[in-house]
Amino acid sequence: MNVIEIEGLWTGYGSQIVHAGIDLAIRDGEVFTLVGGSGAGKTTLLRHMLGLESPLRGSVRVFGQPPAQGGFDAWRALRRRWGVLFQEGALYSALNVFDNIALPLRELGTVDEDLVRELVYRKLEQMGLTRTDADKKPAELSGGMVKRVALARALILEPELLYLDEPTAGLDPARSQSFVALIEALRTALHLTVVMVTHDLDTLVELSDRVGVLVNGHLVAVGTLEQIQHLEDPCVHSFILGVTGRRALASQSMTTRPTTT
Amino acid sequence: MARPVVRVDGTNVELHGAWTLSALHAESGSLQRELASLTDADVHWDLRGIEALDEFGALLLWRAWQWRLPASVLLRSEHEARFSKLPAGASAPRARQRLQPLDLLLGAGQSTISLFDHAAGLARLLGELIIAAALLPTRARLIPWREISANIYHSGTQALAITGLVGVLIGVVLSYLFALQLRVYGADVFIVRILGIGVLRELGPLLAAILVAGRSGASIAAQIGVMRVTQELDALAVMGISRTLRLVLPKVLALMIALPLLVLWTDTSALFGGMLAAQHELGISPMAFITNLPSSVPTANLWLGVGKGMVFGLVIALVACHFGLRIQPNSESLGAGTTQAVVAAITVVIVLDAIFAVAFSDVGYR
Repeated sequence: MNVIEIEGLWTGYGSQIVHAGIDLAIRDGEVFTLVGGSGAGKTTLLRHMLGLESPLRGSVRVFGQPPAQGGFDAWRALRRRWGVLFQEGALYSALNVFDNIALPLRELGTVDEDLVRELVYRKLEQMGLTRTDADKKPAELSGGMVKRVALARALILEPELLYLDEPTAGLDPARSQSFVALIEALRTALHLTVVMVTHDLDTLVELSDRVGVLVNGHLVAVGTLEQIQHLEDPCVHSFILGVTGRRALASQSMTTRPTTT
Repeated sequence: MARPVVRVDGTNVELHGAWTLSALHAESGSLQRELASLTDADVHWDLRGIEALDEFGALLLWRAWQWRLPASVLLRSEHEARFSKLPAGASAPRARQRLQPLDLLLGAGQSTISLFDHAAGLARLLGELIIAAALLPTRARLIPWREISANIYHSGTQALAITGLVGVLIGVVLSYLFALQLRVYGADVFIVRILGIGVLRELGPLLAAILVAGRSGASIAAQIGVMRVTQELDALAVMGISRTLRLVLPKVLALMIALPLLVLWTDTSALFGGMLAAQHELGISPMAFITNLPSSVPTANLWLGVGKGMVFGLVIALVACHFGLRIQPNSESLGAGTTQAVVAAITVVIVLDAIFAVAFSDVGYR
């Protein structure tokens, strides 16, 4: 079953074309990563899937429903099935950590405050945050903590679909490693479909089931890492060379560690 | 997915369907009441019919079971792990912030301190501004001409329509008001003197200043505030570009030039409105109104009004910059800072106007 289906999508502003006929299907339960250079249209494609942009031509369907359309109830019901981690976290600066995470639950209007509290504390714990963090304002948090709180907020409604926009951007290597491990653990525990945009090769290699490569508004390749490595497209090649080069480097440094005397 | 169902058969309770947040939240109230009625120790629970169980569903049951697994329960193995991680009791309620009796006093104290704080900040900004301005004569290249001209356009030229409209309407209103009173005493010609002094001395400057404080005050504070959010202020600092020189000074100079001109424009509009109403109500011809104006209104009033406009311009820009620079990089502070800037600018303008009224009480009345 496909969670997201995009057919013949065209986007543009004025005379500038962002997407020229994109076809893409994202399957249930997979981690799909969009890669491509800056300005290739990755973030705009993500915004289409979130219903923040309307297609010029073609169609986008998430769970069989166009996300940018529909009546109020359908519009809201669809948004309860997904969670979004924005690049900068997008925490509400007027609310503290607890209220930020609790907001989607409270918006349901049917969950009593005792259960809200237990659920928020459970999520904080899962993200490796403490209860003393719950009273902090977003301005007092470090970059890594902002991402964790934002992920807790994205997951509080137990979504079936999770969007990650540059999940490890702005984190140091150790933190980004633990963040990747966290997402990997959640994915197996919660049976999530994950759509991710990233520049980080380590995240890409460790998390992705399939990869889509965007170049100048065209989706030039879709497949597993192994599959797209063998494509002849120069753009894909240069990107993948980075991946394989890194891997080669990593394995080399593992085997022939320089010895100091 | 199937709806969550509770099937009770004597002391045997079977749960079926999806116990997830999306399936449960609409009817969690009625289900909880049903579960709560089944708290007897000898109930046999059978949860094997549950198709999907998430954190929310597990917690809902867990709470109904008084935070422990019941004595007799049949579970699917994958659900057992979920329950094993749940806490052994309810967490403490979150501390609520309540108003203490002392809070009012503390609040008043803090407001007073912050008032002095703002006064000190304004004095510091004015000092920085004077130092920056003193640098300019010897370093003509540093004079931010473009910024000054852009600011005059934004806060002056673009305010012409609104100040003109408000001026004409207030002139009409005042003229009608006075005409009714003056006609009773047969003192019709005095309308020119009353309107002339009132508009040139008080209403023109005050109206223009309040409108500009609302328009440009908010825009200056919000602009500087967003520059803080987007780190543009930091970028200026690391490039060695003085924000006092490049941001504050052009705004202050621009308003000191634009506001007196706007005062003249508002004066003219208000007198024009008053003149029309005087003709309609008292039959004073526009020609008579205009020829009478210079002889019945001392010119000192005009200069006083324009001078006030210049001081108001300085104060509005200074106050708006001061509050704008204090904005923290978050949405709440941006809103609060902009509000404070406008409220403070208008208040300071009116306070200064009162001081002017007392200080110049023997000027311009002949």
